[in-house]
Amino acid sequence: MSDSPAPLALEHTPGLQHHFADMEQQRNASSLGMWIFLGTEIMFFGGMFLAYLVYRMWYFNEFAAGSRTLNLPIGAVNTAVLICSSLTVALSVRAAQLGKRMLLVTLLVLTILFGLVFLGVKAYEWNEKFTEHHVPGYSFHFKQESTEKPVDQGRAQIFFSLYFAMTGMHALHMIIGVGIFGVITWMAWRGRFTPEYHTPVEIAGLYWHFVDIVWIYLFPLLYLIDRRPHG
Amino acid sequence: MATAVSIAAEREHYLNKEYGIRSWLLTTDHKRIALLYLASITFFFFIGGFFALLIRLELLTPAGDLVQADTYNKLFTMHGVIMVFFFLIPAVPAVLGNFLVPLMIGARDLAFPKINLLSWYCYIAGGILVLHAMLTGGLDTGWTFYTPFSTAFSNTAVVEAGLGVFINGFSSILTGLNFIVTIHRMRAPGLTWSRLPLFLWSHYATSVIMLLGTPVIAITLVLVVLERAFHLGIFDPTRGGDPLLFQHLFWFYSHPAVYIMILPSMGVVSEIVTCFSRKRVFGYYFVAMASIGIAVIGFFVWAHHMFVAGMSLYAALIFSILSYLVAVPSAIKVFNWTATLYKGSVSFSTPMLYAFGFIGLFTMGGLTGLFLAALGIDVHVTDTYFVVAHFHYIMVGGTVMGYLGGMHYWWPKISGRLYPESWGRLAALIVFLGFNLTFFPQFILGYLGMPRRYWQYPPEFQVLNVLSTAGSTILAVGYLLPMVYFLWSMRYGKLADDNPWNAAGLEWKTTSPPPTFNFEETPVVTWEAYNYNELPALEEVRVER
Ligand SMILES: [Cu+2]
Repeated sequence: MSDSPAPLALEHTPGLQHHFADMEQQRNASSLGMWIFLGTEIMFFGGMFLAYLVYRMWYFNEFAAGSRTLNLPIGAVNTAVLICSSLTVALSVRAAQLGKRMLLVTLLVLTILFGLVFLGVKAYEWNEKFTEHHVPGYSFHFKQESTEKPVDQGRAQIFFSLYFAMTGMHALHMIIGVGIFGVITWMAWRGRFTPEYHTPVEIAGLYWHFVDIVWIYLFPLLYLIDRRPHG
Repeated sequence: MATAVSIAAEREHYLNKEYGIRSWLLTTDHKRIALLYLASITFFFFIGGFFALLIRLELLTPAGDLVQADTYNKLFTMHGVIMVFFFLIPAVPAVLGNFLVPLMIGARDLAFPKINLLSWYCYIAGGILVLHAMLTGGLDTGWTFYTPFSTAFSNTAVVEAGLGVFINGFSSILTGLNFIVTIHRMRAPGLTWSRLPLFLWSHYATSVIMLLGTPVIAITLVLVVLERAFHLGIFDPTRGGDPLLFQHLFWFYSHPAVYIMILPSMGVVSEIVTCFSRKRVFGYYFVAMASIGIAVIGFFVWAHHMFVAGMSLYAALIFSILSYLVAVPSAIKVFNWTATLYKGSVSFSTPMLYAFGFIGLFTMGGLTGLFLAALGIDVHVTDTYFVVAHFHYIMVGGTVMGYLGGMHYWWPKISGRLYPESWGRLAALIVFLGFNLTFFPQFILGYLGMPRRYWQYPPEFQVLNVLSTAGSTILAVGYLLPMVYFLWSMRYGKLADDNPWNAAGLEWKTTSPPPTFNFEETPVVTWEAYNYNELPALEEVRVER
């Protein structure tokens, strides 16, 4: 909090914007801003999680059947890729604090690569859904296995509607994240960050971790509804 | 005095620092962004008002003669969408809040000036999409976008309008984000939470709602757009989807949105009432906490919009009780404003007239809200003009009165000029009379059973409808007047000195208009809010000059 009187004419610290009294105030404001923004993101995804909860309770049979058609090994690999990217993000914040520029750039590039691998795999999975006619709409057809309880086509579409909406929104956040990290990498490459000033790395990292956590919830909710052998 | 004023005219301030279109469109100065918002919400206000007048014109006669049913549906939809999302929600926060939050806390700008500018561009982008949708196919879903009509049946530009409202939502989120961070992190030394002006408390509460509510309507509209464009089935009853889920999600935002509209105006009224009765506001903590209370309880009452839509009786009972409960903090505010007037030296300047208008009309709107929160009466008046009258008393009688009061109160600070006081009072009177003539008959119409959203009606309702239409033309004059004399005063108005109302508050401690970075020196606050007992009295003469 700004309890000390702020001198107006201060020598310009690099990275300090004119309307802040000092670096600490600026840093606090930026990270508070990102935390609040992530709060709004929880509400944003929350709408879909609510819809998921309601329909999963009503149509558990269709949700379980739909879930079994998702590609579990690939989804698990993708989860691992994303967790690795969170590790590189955490390390990159450390590298920024220590002022190790090349290490920082390397870790940021690795993060972007992990993010792109995740998106590529996701695209592959989506494409699978298209060929299997699991995309909601006129051509939707859910072919059920003989051992399953009868699956209602409409309700199955609701599962896949939520699947596409939720993973789609998550992927969109990933794309934005990759874009942000592109900018951060460029700034790091140009040597804009110092041990005193690296707030952008930190708050971009917060965003990245958040998007990861969303996936950590999405993966079991979508892929692991009921994997027990049935019959 | 005269010399001080003439110096002020040549002094550099935020308005004359730079000229040219670029200096406005790329500005990061919160005061200039406030003026960008002012111009754009005024534009949308008159478009929305134009639709309102067409609606009233159609309802002059019982027969559907001016427009056809389909056109009428588009008229009230576009009126609602534009007025709610592009005028009422941004009006006070994005214009007055943007201008005043940094000034009131002694900061040089909002915490994130570029994000502030981005919020305006989100508003404009959303506005352009909605205007384009309006011109190419229109929108006939009502501002509520109810499914499955909006997703499966409407033949209008739902996707485009939905996206427009979605993008505009970011302007709300970014504004709220900026306010909260600024109020937390940028307060001048000595400005503790218990010294904050109530305007800031109410904007803090508003920002909380913007941040927690807006993302929910955002995702809801995304799902509607996806359902319409790509045949997702989340709200589609033919596939087992539930339209009631849409209604829950929609009202989870749209009820608290009413508080996004009314809370900032309440903050304005708190400032005006205490200034023009020259007394410290009665029960400061109660008024401040009432804002927070409204924001919190306001999130748990949404289903009172759905009493007839299908819901368990017990759920309905709980939502009914909670809706009664949210009236308590609102009532606390009204009582405290009234108590502030008691034994104050009250002057009836234009801002005060609007504040009085606000208190009276908001009280009526609030009390009729209790009718609607009562399960039995709600069944009788659901979807009638009673509801229409109720929420117009809150939104127009409340929000717009507060907005206009605030515009008059801070106009000297914003423009550095005084508006003509007698014209101001006249306009306030016209607005008040026109408003009541427009909307009071609608209470009676609704109670007698006239449903909303129909383009024709049985002949026995005509007298009251004629009164309402007559009132709307008077109201239109009342709204045009301030626009005319504000514009006039920018050139010909008398120069304002730094504190023409002898008001408390940091915004009056800097020059009028303020310099780009607001204060020559960061102020240090050593006094409580509204220390009017220590300030000189406000002579009527000063106001009249
Ligand atoms: Cu409500």
